[in-house]
This record gives sequence, structure tokens and C-alpha cells, in this order.
Amino acid sequence: MNKEVITVMKIRTIGRHTRESLKSIRRNGWMTFASVSAVTVTLILVGVFFVIMMNLNRVAQTIEDDVQIRVHIDVAASKQDQQSLRSQIERFPEVKSVTFSPKKKELDNLVNSLGEDGKAFKLFEQDNPLNDVFVVKTKKPTDTMVVAKKVEKLNYVSKVRYGQGKVEKLFKFIKASRDVGVVLIIGLFFTAIFLISNTIKITIIARRREIKIMRLVGATNNFIRWPFFLEGLWLGILGAILPIILISIAYYRAYDYIGPKLDGTFIKVLPFDPFVYQVSGILILMGALIGVWGSVMSVRKFLKV
Amino acid sequence: MIEMQEVYKKYPNGVTAINGIDVKINQGEFVYVVGPSGAGKSTFIKMMYREEVPTTGTITMNGVNLAKLKMKKVPLFRRNLGVVFQDFKLLPTLTVYENVAFALEVIEAQPKYIRKRVMEVLDLVNLKHKIKMLPTELSGGEQQRVSIARSIVNSPKVVIADEPTGNLDPETSWEIMNIFEEINTRGTTIVMATHNREIVNTLKHRVIAIEGGRIARDEQRGDYGYEN
Repeated sequence: MNKEVITVMKIRTIGRHTRESLKSIRRNGWMTFASVSAVTVTLILVGVFFVIMMNLNRVAQTIEDDVQIRVHIDVAASKQDQQSLRSQIERFPEVKSVTFSPKKKELDNLVNSLGEDGKAFKLFEQDNPLNDVFVVKTKKPTDTMVVAKKVEKLNYVSKVRYGQGKVEKLFKFIKASRDVGVVLIIGLFFTAIFLISNTIKITIIARRREIKIMRLVGATNNFIRWPFFLEGLWLGILGAILPIILISIAYYRAYDYIGPKLDGTFIKVLPFDPFVYQVSGILILMGALIGVWGSVMSVRKFLKV
Repeated sequence: MIEMQEVYKKYPNGVTAINGIDVKINQGEFVYVVGPSGAGKSTFIKMMYREEVPTTGTITMNGVNLAKLKMKKVPLFRRNLGVVFQDFKLLPTLTVYENVAFALEVIEAQPKYIRKRVMEVLDLVNLKHKIKMLPTELSGGEQQRVSIARSIVNSPKVVIADEPTGNLDPETSWEIMNIFEEINTRGTTIVMATHNREIVNTLKHRVIAIEGGRIARDEQRGDYGYEN
């Protein structure tokens, strides 16, 4: 048999399996509805959670990027002392960069940040009471505290400032919500798989006779199994449609509403395009995974071919 | 050719269905398998189409040892075999034509070949005029003819029939037997389990009687030998 014939046969077989799987989706009626609904509910929650998580991560990232240690240099330190302090800090393996910010600049920043009221501080330009500052950034935001503690012990350091407490709290909150969400999603994921595997089980039972005859006339096991895998796949993908539509609309609205309000702050949410397309892709993949997984479970258990 | 050597079959529930059988059936033979209910007839037949596997011993069929046949190879083995049942085992939602074509579709035969071959076998069983009917619209005898057509559509060397006339009235049973005779004269081996005394005694063939899981009698052109 030449190659062409084999390919043609394969396409025909795929067509047959597809027809069979669609037929039983129609025939299973309420069970199809129940399992598609389960996938839908799961994926809506997964989707909403995912959207929130990704945006929180994004915000966290912005804040993390912003986390810096401000090392106030003792006024008594000479240029050489400052230089040696700088190289000492730079030698810590966690440190990414050290930037020098002279006290004049510090004052300007202060004046600018206070706006109209800040003008009063201009008087201090003659006799600046602020310290020169090293702005230290760490490679990992979580190292901030460790580095701050180390720097505090060095000579000519008068004060060390970083978002004490706040940073840790934020990281803890994000981590905790991530964990809760993941547990919730895993639970739902398995519920949906269970429902799909039940639907497929019903198909298998309804087709017991047909399967038996197929076996008697010499159908291979794969040939018998394929329609059930496909049925699961369709159920999963059908279940992903509604969540994708809902999340796209909701995100579009929310982005329109929240986006302008965040203008001018350092917080930014992820833009509709390409984020929603990525989420849609993930939801379809998850739907397909749930569907195929559910059918594999049933086929393994109930289709002793 | 079918050959059984020292075959024993004990079910997990402790029942010994086959208690040492040695038998040889040549290509082209027509064999009746008779015996009282529960004597092991059914297991004997089931082992031939690899529905059951012997606990010990070997069953060779067309050179393949069924006792050692891997699960994966079973489908390929069954393509060279036709099986007919008392309850026909037709798919109620498919037409006569589709039921027969089904056997070729699942082994992925060419559509052109399927059309030609299905019409051929439906002609052989005289159902060419009813190809579009559903099994429920047919009489018992017609349904059995469809099932026979399906069993031979793969051109098997052996057809195994488990009480094929069990659900049919005497007249219809004879129609079915005529078809089996026809298939047999074309060189196909037929192994048929039956309780039909009249058929066995009239249409003489080799008779294998099974009692208590053993072969009690094996005669060429034998009699049914039981009082029903």
C-alpha cells in the first residue's frame, strides 16, 4: 500500500471518529450539559483568578522594582570614606546597584514632592540638613531586608531606610492569595474531570453493544478508544467558550473603567491586547486538558478492550 | 486448522468448565458442538474466538497460539474469523447495509471495496432488497442472515456460530442452515454449537459432544444423541 493511500485512510478514520464523538455528545443531552457546565464554572473561576493574579503580580513587580534601600551617609564621612563605604556595599553579593544621590538632589526631591508647600524648604539650600544618600537596589526584592541589616553595621552609616514591614506584608499577602487560589482551582479542576469522566462512562455504557461488536469484528483498541477521547475533548473545549466570552467582555469593561483612574500612579494593569488573548488560549488548553483527562480516566476504567 | 491440546479452563470462581480437551478440526470442515447445558460448550466456543483464554494447554488457530496471543494482536486475529450469535448482535440504529459495512469500516477498509463486498455478501444471504431497513423491521431469520453476512464479510477462514438457530422457528432455522452449507462449500470452516436435534440428525456432519468439560463423543456424520 503506498503512502498516499495510508494518509487518505487516516483522514477518513479521523472523520469517522469525529462524527461518532459528536453524535454521542448530542445523544447524551443532559450529561453533556452537566459536564460542559462544570468545565464552564471551573474555567470562569480559573479565568477570573488568573486575571486578578496576573495583575496583582504585575503590581507587585512594579512595587518590587521600586523597593530600594536608602543609606544615609554620616555627615562626618569624607570623600574617601564615602568611596570605601560604596565599595563595601557593592561587594555584597545580593546588591545589584548603588547610586549616589548628593544632599542637594535630596533636597530638590523633597521640595518637588511637596509642591507649593515645599517652597518653604528652599530656605535650607544655604545650610542643607539632609545627608548624602546611597540608593541601593538588590538583585532580588526579597533580599532587601538582609542587605539593609548588613549595611546598617558598616561605618559612616547614619540611617538605613527601606519600606520596613510594608514590603514583607505585601509579599505575604500576594503569596497567601496565590496559595488559596491554587488550592481552589485544583479542587474545581478535579470536579470537572470527574463529571466529564462520568459522562464518558455513560457513553461507554450506552455503546457497550457496539463496542463488543467492534471487538468481535477486529477493531483495534485505539480505534475503539478514539471517539471517547474526542468526546471528552469537545466537552472541554465547549466548556471554555462561555468563560472566554465573559472574561473578555468583563476585562474590556474593567480596563476601560480602571485604566484611566490609575493614570499617573505607578500601578498599571495589563493591557487588553494581548493579555486577554493569552488568557483565552490558556482557558481553551485547560478545557481540553480537563476533557481529555476525564475521558482517559473513564476509558481506562470502563473500556477493558 | 484449529487444534486444542490439553486444554483446561478454570474460572476465578472455582468452576472448571473445560477439563482436558484435545481436538483437531481441519480447514473446510463443518462441526456441530453438542452437549447438555452447562457442560462447557459455551466456554469451548468462546475460547475459539479468544473471548476466553485457557488456564493451561494450547489452542492453535491458523498457526496462531491463542493461549499466548498478546491482547494487542487479538483484533488482527479476529479479522480472520467470523462469529454468529443466538441473539444476532446487530446494532439497532444502523440499517442492514450499515450493519454489515460496520465490520469493514472498523478495520479501515477502502470505501470502494466496502460497497462492493457488502453487496456481495448481502446477495449471498438474499437480503439485497432490504439493505435500507433497520433490524427491528426484519424477522428473526432475516436478522440472523444479516449477522451471518457481517460475519463473512471479512472473508474469514473460520465461522464460529453459537446457537445460531436458537431463537428461530424450524422453517427459518433451515434457511439459516442452507446459508451455512453454502458458506462451507466455499471452503470456510464452520464450528456451530447447537441444541437443534433435527438439524444435526438431518444435515449430517462431524459431531463433537461435550460433557463435564470433556469430549464425550467425536463422530464423523454423527447423531445429536440427546433427548433434548
